Amino acid sequence: MNSLLPWIVLLAPLVSAAVITLFTRRWKMLSSSISIAAVLVSFICSCFIFAHGTQGAAEFMWISISGVFQVPLGLTLDQLSRTMAVLVSGVGAAIHIYSLGYMRDDEGKARYFAALSLFMFAMLGIVLANNFVMLFIFWELVGFTSYVLIGHWFYRDAAADAANKAFITTRIGDFGFMIGILMLWMATGSVVFTEVAPQMSTLTGHPMFLTVVALLIFCGAIGKSAQFPLHVWLPDAMEGPTPISALIHAATMVAAGVYMLARVAFIIQGSQTALLVIAWIGTITAVMAALIATQQNDIKRILAYSTLSQLGYMVMAVGLASNDAAMFHLFTHAFFKALLFLAAGSVIVMLHHEQNIWQMGGLSRKLPITFITFVVGALALIGCPPFSGFFSKDAILALAYERNTPIFAVALFTAFLTAFYVIRMLVIVFFGRPRSDIARNSRESPPVMTVPLIALALLATFGGFSFFARKFLALPVEREVAIVVPALAIVALIAGTGLAIALYGNRATEPLKDLELVRHKFYFDEFYNWLIYWTQELLAPVSAFVDRWIIDACAVGGSSRGTWGIGALLRLVQVGNLQGYVFVFGLGVVAVIYFAVFR
Amino acid sequence: MVLFIIFCPIIAAILIMVGMPARKTALAASVLTFLAAGFLLASFGHGQSGFQHVTSFTISREWRLSFTTGIDGLSLIMVLLATIVTVAAVWFAGAIERYENAFYACLLFISGGAIGAFASIDLFFFYAFHELALIPTFLLIGIWGSGNRAAAAWKITIYLAIGSFILLLGLILLYQSVPAASRSFDIRALQTAASAGQITADAQRHIYLLLLIGFGILVSLFPFHTWAPEAYASAPAPAAMLHAGVLKKFGLYGLLRLAVPLLPEGARHWTNLLVILLLGNIIYVGLVTIAQKRLDWMLGYSSVMHMGYIFLGIASAGILGVTGAAVLMFAHGLSIALLFALAGELRQRTGTLVFDELGGLAKVMPFAGLAFGFGAFAAVGLPGLANFAGEIMIFFGAFKNGWVMDSFHIFQIATVLALWGVVISTVYMLRAYRKMFMGTVSERWKQLLDLRLALRVPVALLVGALLCYGFFPQSFVRVVAPRFRTYLSANR
Repeated sequence: MNSLLPWIVLLAPLVSAAVITLFTRRWKMLSSSISIAAVLVSFICSCFIFAHGTQGAAEFMWISISGVFQVPLGLTLDQLSRTMAVLVSGVGAAIHIYSLGYMRDDEGKARYFAALSLFMFAMLGIVLANNFVMLFIFWELVGFTSYVLIGHWFYRDAAADAANKAFITTRIGDFGFMIGILMLWMATGSVVFTEVAPQMSTLTGHPMFLTVVALLIFCGAIGKSAQFPLHVWLPDAMEGPTPISALIHAATMVAAGVYMLARVAFIIQGSQTALLVIAWIGTITAVMAALIATQQNDIKRILAYSTLSQLGYMVMAVGLASNDAAMFHLFTHAFFKALLFLAAGSVIVMLHHEQNIWQMGGLSRKLPITFITFVVGALALIGCPPFSGFFSKDAILALAYERNTPIFAVALFTAFLTAFYVIRMLVIVFFGRPRSDIARNSRESPPVMTVPLIALALLATFGGFSFFARKFLALPVEREVAIVVPALAIVALIAGTGLAIALYGNRATEPLKDLELVRHKFYFDEFYNWLIYWTQELLAPVSAFVDRWIIDACAVGGSSRGTWGIGALLRLVQVGNLQGYVFVFGLGVVAVIYFAVFR
Repeated sequence: MVLFIIFCPIIAAILIMVGMPARKTALAASVLTFLAAGFLLASFGHGQSGFQHVTSFTISREWRLSFTTGIDGLSLIMVLLATIVTVAAVWFAGAIERYENAFYACLLFISGGAIGAFASIDLFFFYAFHELALIPTFLLIGIWGSGNRAAAAWKITIYLAIGSFILLLGLILLYQSVPAASRSFDIRALQTAASAGQITADAQRHIYLLLLIGFGILVSLFPFHTWAPEAYASAPAPAAMLHAGVLKKFGLYGLLRLAVPLLPEGARHWTNLLVILLLGNIIYVGLVTIAQKRLDWMLGYSSVMHMGYIFLGIASAGILGVTGAAVLMFAHGLSIALLFALAGELRQRTGTLVFDELGGLAKVMPFAGLAFGFGAFAAVGLPGLANFAGEIMIFFGAFKNGWVMDSFHIFQIATVLALWGVVISTVYMLRAYRKMFMGTVSERWKQLLDLRLALRVPVALLVGALLCYGFFPQSFVRVVAPRFRTYLSANR
């Protein structure tokens, strides 16, 4: 029984997705209940596993050709995966329940919950996988469910385009990931983590090889965790329902890249070059996303860019060779970012799906619970002591201070920007006067939505204290860094906050008007569209032309003309139509065989 | 049992020709063959690597020609594929306006011919059965096709006739390459002769090239692929399902059955050529696919492109890649049949398959949208569907070939490019799905009806098989791999 319990964690959501798709699509209430029951089963079982420290799980063979290729389906159960399982199923459960309120009147509710269950299955699969192929399988499935959920309102063009963009962009990252897996398999002869790890010592003799493998595997994380330069899909993914943004595009799926990097740290840490590249990619993502966030006007997009920025911090920590710091930030970020998205969702629903912050204002009195929980999330995000984000961000800053000064400087600047754009959003949305009628007539959300908010707010407040977090994670070692790091961080925080309040207090429109570069998100989308346009408009038609007119018309045309000769010949014997030709052709085949072989 | 599976469709076709009710007879016969194939799978002896259920009728002792049938793992899987797709194709066919009986008879002849080719151990009947299946394909396109059907029918007829002819030449040479004393039409006897080294290296090279081109034309190997999209676009949906899903696999089956085990030296010699051609399939045809503006043409090109992956598995000549190729042959047959079936249904309802004229159809046809989604995501290699299992084995198998640490050789480069092909197929499949099923639905299509309830059965059959082997590929590998192991070890 004990060895099957982890499989229940994994399979309960799959069963729910299958049952809903096959049988209960018509009954929305029943479908959502099944889905919620499944995620609760997963949550309870993973809590049980966590409490008991279960180690082993049954193993099956997915593909096995003896002596050549073995892909088992097995589960890794160590502290990392046990914690992640609790985190994923816990946040997932909160969001399932919240979705009951948010998606109350949606006509595709059954489809939504089926996809949500399938997502839980895929995400838990990533967390528990014990080999690269299995990891890749669930990795792809997560991408797929994300596609389905972003495109939930598929009849809207924007949502449909965003879904496609997300899937294709992450697939480009997975292209590199797969090559990395192939190379690693060739070098070590196995895909199982625990069998690859002991052989790393043989690989250190090939530093170039190791660097390439590490960076190729990192490509997967670039796609999934939306790092520069494949970050463009994440903000667009906000076209999906808000609970999805909270679950997939903030708390779990995008963190999968960081989790994967922590899982394969034994490979990445073999190469200093790879580490440096990873650290800088994370740093660039962090500061770039923070800059863009300062000029966004859609509440969900601001949060999306803040997610990018925070993921950049985590990747930076991985690159600075500290998984503990990365996982600590992932842990606290999951709580406060899910909280922020759900609170934003509460605002959005109560304002009849208005997402422009300049249409809001003065909501602090209309939606008090949402307001307070949003403030908690915001303070955690900007790293205000004593909220959870302070501790985890401080750990990463201290790390950077110790190991790489340029990165530390950029990270500190990013912290300043974070405070600036978060407080800007807070001031515009909740303070001042309401800027539209819907803002004036709004009211608080139902309890099914506010209760998950309160639960997450508590976690976002206390999640960072070491007495709590220590139970779940190996915390980064307390370093003997001077007081200078937290002091600088707090100065950056205060500067950013002050600047935002000074600029945006009681404003009705955007005061900064000349930041075109930032407002256009550094023209990444334009550049990619241009690139895609020219590939599609030029390369593909050229090959189509070659196919149609060169291969087909010239090469095949020649034989075709010969064919008409045969056709004419056949007409001479009065069988010009197709059936007749085919008949003669059949006869001819028999005759040829006869004369060639039996002669 | 094997004889029953071969002749059940053929006899049913003859009965339909003489006046039995077409649809009912065809459906009954195809379901019966499917059940029989299922029984064959259930009773398959996993440990053995030779042929099972062998029956033999001597026709000419002098020429050592006999009608011998039997199955091993590879042919069992192909027979299973043929019966599943036949059930789906017949089910989807529905009412036919002109010559209904002849139409169904043609379908069953294709099915019976394909099954016969897969289950023949004798070279002569292996070839003859395939010809039996080809002829009704031409008729189906020429008589019941759409668009410029006469031209398409001519083109495929001439093209495949030339392919068959080159193949025939190769087979004849193969027959004669063995010393006269051990000359035989029996593939097992040829295998014994080949293992004993009785086919000279020189002969192997010539024969392999002929077989590669002959089979290659039948499978639309680049640059012999241009017949395929046009033929599939004109063919009635059930014919496209059967040809793209089953009959086309005959060429690949032939390579796996004859070229790889009998002519290892020839295979080695032409490896680089094959790799370059198959990259043409994957990358070049992939780009052509992106440029397509109609669903039927796009599906035709995409099926050409996916042949490249199967060729990659065959070219890798290791047990892993070859097994992957077999899995992908099976999976691709199911998924392309599903897609062509749905394209046919769409064409019936809307009268157009041009992307820009369609949109938002999932709103009015949710079941068709779901089913097409399964087909499209199977084609782009989503895990959980059988195509992924095949592709991943091919990638691992091909990447392994000629591996040297710290440098890439032709197979590594080919694998990397083939992986990029996965991105290409994602782009065109998702774009097609986006344009047809997602987005706002125009007034024109608001009244469209979803697939009728009865059609959920064949869809469920195809998707169920894809899911089954996608989740449990080992049940497939167990059947096929032992056979390849003996093949490939016989070569050394």
